[in-house]
Amino acid sequence: MREVAVIAYAQTPMTRDAGAQNEVELIMQVVHQALDEVKLNQTDIDFTCSGSCDYLQGVTFAFVDGLNAVSSVPPINESHVEMDAAWALYESWLKIQMEEADVALVYGFGKSSPGELRSIMTLQLDPYYLAPLWPDSVSLAALQAKAMIDNKMITEESMAKVVKRSRKNAKSNPNSQLSGDFSIGDLLSEPIFVSPLRKHDCSPITDGASAIILATKEKALSLCRNPAFITSIDHRVETAQFGYRNLTSSPSIQKSSEVINLSDYSIDAAELHAPFSHQELLLIKELQLNEEVSINKSGGVLAGNIMMSAGLDRIGSMFNLIKSGKVRTGLAHATSGPCLQQNMLIIMESKNE
Amino acid sequence: MSELAAVVGMGQTKHSSKNGEVSIAGLVRESAEKALLDAELEWEDIDAVILGKAPDMFEGVMMPELYLTDALVANNKPILRVHTAGSVGGSTGIVAASYIQSGMFERVLVSTFEKQSESNAMWALSTTVPYAPLINAGAGGYFTPYMREYKRRFNVPEHIGRIVAVKDRLNALKNPYAHLHIPDINLEMVEKSPMLWDPLTFLESCPSSDGACSLVISSERSVTDNQLPAWIHSTSMRSEPTMYAGRDAVNPQAGSECAKDVYKKAGIKDPIKEIDCAEIYVPFSWYEPMWLENLLLADIGQGWLMTEKGHTSLEGKFPVNMSGGVLSSNPIGASGLLRFGEAAQQVRNKAGEYQVQGAKLALGHAFGGGAQFFAMWIVGANKP
Repeated sequence: MREVAVIAYAQTPMTRDAGAQNEVELIMQVVHQALDEVKLNQTDIDFTCSGSCDYLQGVTFAFVDGLNAVSSVPPINESHVEMDAAWALYESWLKIQMEEADVALVYGFGKSSPGELRSIMTLQLDPYYLAPLWPDSVSLAALQAKAMIDNKMITEESMAKVVKRSRKNAKSNPNSQLSGDFSIGDLLSEPIFVSPLRKHDCSPITDGASAIILATKEKALSLCRNPAFITSIDHRVETAQFGYRNLTSSPSIQKSSEVINLSDYSIDAAELHAPFSHQELLLIKELQLNEEVSINKSGGVLAGNIMMSAGLDRIGSMFNLIKSGKVRTGLAHATSGPCLQQNMLIIMESKNE
Repeated sequence: MSELAAVVGMGQTKHSSKNGEVSIAGLVRESAEKALLDAELEWEDIDAVILGKAPDMFEGVMMPELYLTDALVANNKPILRVHTAGSVGGSTGIVAASYIQSGMFERVLVSTFEKQSESNAMWALSTTVPYAPLINAGAGGYFTPYMREYKRRFNVPEHIGRIVAVKDRLNALKNPYAHLHIPDINLEMVEKSPMLWDPLTFLESCPSSDGACSLVISSERSVTDNQLPAWIHSTSMRSEPTMYAGRDAVNPQAGSECAKDVYKKAGIKDPIKEIDCAEIYVPFSWYEPMWLENLLLADIGQGWLMTEKGHTSLEGKFPVNMSGGVLSSNPIGASGLLRFGEAAQQVRNKAGEYQVQGAKLALGHAFGGGAQFFAMWIVGANKP
């Protein structure tokens, strides 16, 4: 296996509404910022891969326009996943493993502001038996939270603690959308949104884009002072049938933890892609992370949630922590689908002495 | 160096305008089961699933890999969804091959589909984009100016498009899975069919199909004695913007560079001599000669002569679209993988009535977007 590392990461400020800035304008900033960070040009990139979703933009082939943000004259070796860009990173990682590429550019983008995200996400469900009932993404997450509360795994107070920490951590993240100091009492006095969730238990509606550059060890060490090496990576999906799922556990996380040998690592920090506060608590339990592990230093997606890039942002946020020397071994997690249906785990490490 | 990968199974549905017998999941499942049967493998032998399809609005299901998890028995396995416009079937095959070539997986299932009857492709392709003119033309209206330009540029006679339309439909009669079976197809019938976009008549255009195609791709060490492997000699993808100053949409640079790359990686110096046959993405008749040139299989301006002389027919020197091609079946998301898979079937000697005798090396090709995304692979009966 070739050693591959994240060597650059850029993210737009996460905003509620990017207004007239279109997707191309959002992507262009981050692609150029990431390339500049390691002094590369598009011609130095062997493989480019992006993640996005047509339904956010409301047009077919949203990614075709997105390609205008990178220099693709002369033509480039390029692909796209209709998924969170964390999976575009996975595809790029495979291309590096098969020696088709040494350096890869990955980007993801999403503008959730123009549409009604809660309802749009319903279209991910079984189109014959479930989607026609129109359960929205917040209501499905609320079912999961309720099941966890009923099983005495969490309380409304423990959920509020997650939000409190996210907002506090987000104060030091210049791109965050929501940050600040809140008391548990303040948070619990907020009205219920979809029982048992309050609005702050749900990740916000966000517009933005982000980009990551991956490179082989040799390239990484020559371009970046402290690259974050991808030591282990795996992703798994669970059944789409809600009737078959126990929403208070995550077999896919358990399986991936096993595959990446998570228990062999001493994890300093984790960036978890939990769009709802209770999901962070479920992930911590399933990943068996102890209290010493620092969770979501970036604020996580509760502080800003760029759809189709939020998973990639977890990897990018972990890169930031490793690059700055604050973390030696970290875990990044990405998710897709209702109630954490699909999950990716990545161990990232510094090799600096 | 990358690991060697081979196609060891292919499955497809009978393509049709509206397959009302099965759900989307049922359609995809049918092709996957047939691919496993062909490979003599079971679901538990599959390590990962790679799904490809064209825009989600073609069915109205967002990111359908999530919903299709159970149908493809991907539970607790990795699943990845590729979308690269019309080239997606080809790109998905290439991404699936990279799972094996990376050395990370032993056997993967790649499934692609389109169930166009669930929605309306013309509507889905005509959504309003801010600050852009609404074309409302669908794919045919978009591509016809390029075909017209090809015809004008090289002074190509009118009947060339019709020859392709007849040839591919005759081939389709030998393919039980093809959507269009028109037994009495002839040049006059094509000429007399309604004019859609000059010079393209109704019968020179592809149908809208419901259909699915799946392949099983295996590592070298997992290929068993009873499987007939189609070894993947090379793969390549290239993309360029829809528009830029100086772009030649008739002979796109991304296409010819992709062809050069895929031949070079396979060690092919003289493609028209070394390759035995090709499955090329030809959704509109005129694209056969255009792509022959873009693929460096004919000199510029000479592609139509190959078509006219019958070289691309099943009995010709260089058979193209032996299965009937996109002109006979177009489940968009699967159309590229059908090209890749049909190329593999030829070198596996499993193409039935449309088998090219002694085919040892075949090209699979797909394109998408505004003829700006390209995916190609070369498969061989022998190891590279």
